[in-house]
Amino acid sequence: MTKQQANWSPYDNNGGTCVAIAGTDYCVIAADTRMSSGYNILTRDYSKIIQLVDTSVLASSGFQADVRALQKVLAAKHLQYQYQHNKQMSCPAMAQLLSNTLYYKRFFPYYAFNVLGGLDREGKGCVFTYDAVGSYERVGYSSQGSGSTLITPFLDNQLKSPGPLLLPARDAVTPLSESEAIDLVKTCFASATERDIYTGDKLEILILNASGTRVEYMELRKD
Amino acid sequence: MIREAMEMPPKGGFSFDLCKRNDMLVKKGLKEPSFLKTGTTIVGLIFKDGVILGADTRATEGPIVADKNCEKIHYMAPNIYCCGAGTAADTEAVTGTHNFCSLSRCNQHVPFYFICLFSANFILQWLFLDMVSSQLKLHRYHTGRESRVVTALSLLKSHLFSYQGYVSAALVLGGVDVTGPHLHTIYPHGSTDTLPFATMGSGSLAAMAVFESKYREGLTRDEGVKLVSEAICSGIFNDLGSGSNVDICVITQGEKEYLRNHMLPNPRTYISEKGYSFSKKTEVLRTKITPLREMVEVIEGGDAMEE
Repeated sequence: MTKQQANWSPYDNNGGTCVAIAGTDYCVIAADTRMSSGYNILTRDYSKIIQLVDTSVLASSGFQADVRALQKVLAAKHLQYQYQHNKQMSCPAMAQLLSNTLYYKRFFPYYAFNVLGGLDREGKGCVFTYDAVGSYERVGYSSQGSGSTLITPFLDNQLKSPGPLLLPARDAVTPLSESEAIDLVKTCFASATERDIYTGDKLEILILNASGTRVEYMELRKD
Repeated sequence: MIREAMEMPPKGGFSFDLCKRNDMLVKKGLKEPSFLKTGTTIVGLIFKDGVILGADTRATEGPIVADKNCEKIHYMAPNIYCCGAGTAADTEAVTGTHNFCSLSRCNQHVPFYFICLFSANFILQWLFLDMVSSQLKLHRYHTGRESRVVTALSLLKSHLFSYQGYVSAALVLGGVDVTGPHLHTIYPHGSTDTLPFATMGSGSLAAMAVFESKYREGLTRDEGVKLVSEAICSGIFNDLGSGSNVDICVITQGEKEYLRNHMLPNPRTYISEKGYSFSKKTEVLRTKITPLREMVEVIEGGDAMEE
């Protein structure tokens, strides 16, 4: 008597890729705007990025219905925090909140691959990267989604320290300026679009710095 | 009931000895490679003076683009060409050497155990179109006449039928011979259709939508090429399994035109001006040279060999 397998799945993957890079006084968060299902494109103009606080921006790829539900929960929790503490949440605080929210649904997870970017209390850029059930880490840069396997090796090569075997251990290459980081992100996505069928259409870039938030768009291949 | 099945004589033809083992592997959790409608858009249409074939140029391995500009329109005879979807679309292996990475062109992530099954399938595939093209040539020598499209059709369909669908080829065959222009579709199990316009592959619905709206009998060459380009573009932009460029082949009585990359609607969107440097990251820590064999020097002028 073989175990009956489910013939319906509650999840679907809408594809897409997200990237975030942290700098000394800025943070760049980017995601493509294609939403797909199987071999079909559902829409070419869907934003995967949401600005939860002035200093915290969440980009998520995966199942967009779960992503939307997650965004609503976080927005509601943030509102409660503001009433209780009379101030906005800092980025590290939001990072912890997101981790807890994801782990609450450990046994029926949010199918969302998240990257949280922003500025910490000192004004330095921070990026937090997550898995689907809330394990997180603060990093200098991160990529999630269908194109992440193509982008991460390139970012490692450009941003990470040269050779781990070298002694004394050298720090990462010269710190990037904001415009260099944006150029890097655009190159990453143009390249990922060439080889990943789920990434393309348009690129949305959010840049956070001391003077506020800025949005930039770039066209990507539509095939 | 089981005893009855065992007493029946063996059906002959294919041997399914590995099926039980495959089922066992699937039960253990191994994902079987399924034969989906493959990542491609191929089309054909009949116009006033002949046949026009069209294809996209993307070859995918799962969600990754393996080749951004492969050739899917294959030569069968001077007056007959064939578009292939699936592993048949791997021209590089059909015309040149075949290698392992081209095995999974039909869009599946193939676990190692299945590669043996697959490679048999793929080698058959590669030999298949090449084989039929060679058979047609021999037939031309034998009969002293130009090949007919129905001949190619019969050879292809009987081969596919004898492999019971295991040779995964979905083809659009077109050409012009003494009896006129012909266009056929051939399915992996060996069935065929004769049509005035046809589409195959995962982008077939997108392309067919264009054909059904705009096709009419007696198109001119330029109108036909424009319509085929539109249909392929529809597949390229609306189907994720198809992409990159448009290839066209126009066949008329006594003449053929292979328009490789007739349209390039997908240029790269961003190239950084400053470029990127990739410094040598792996440092040499230690060098040690161990000679495996002594160097022997041969001095000329030794004793001459004895008779």
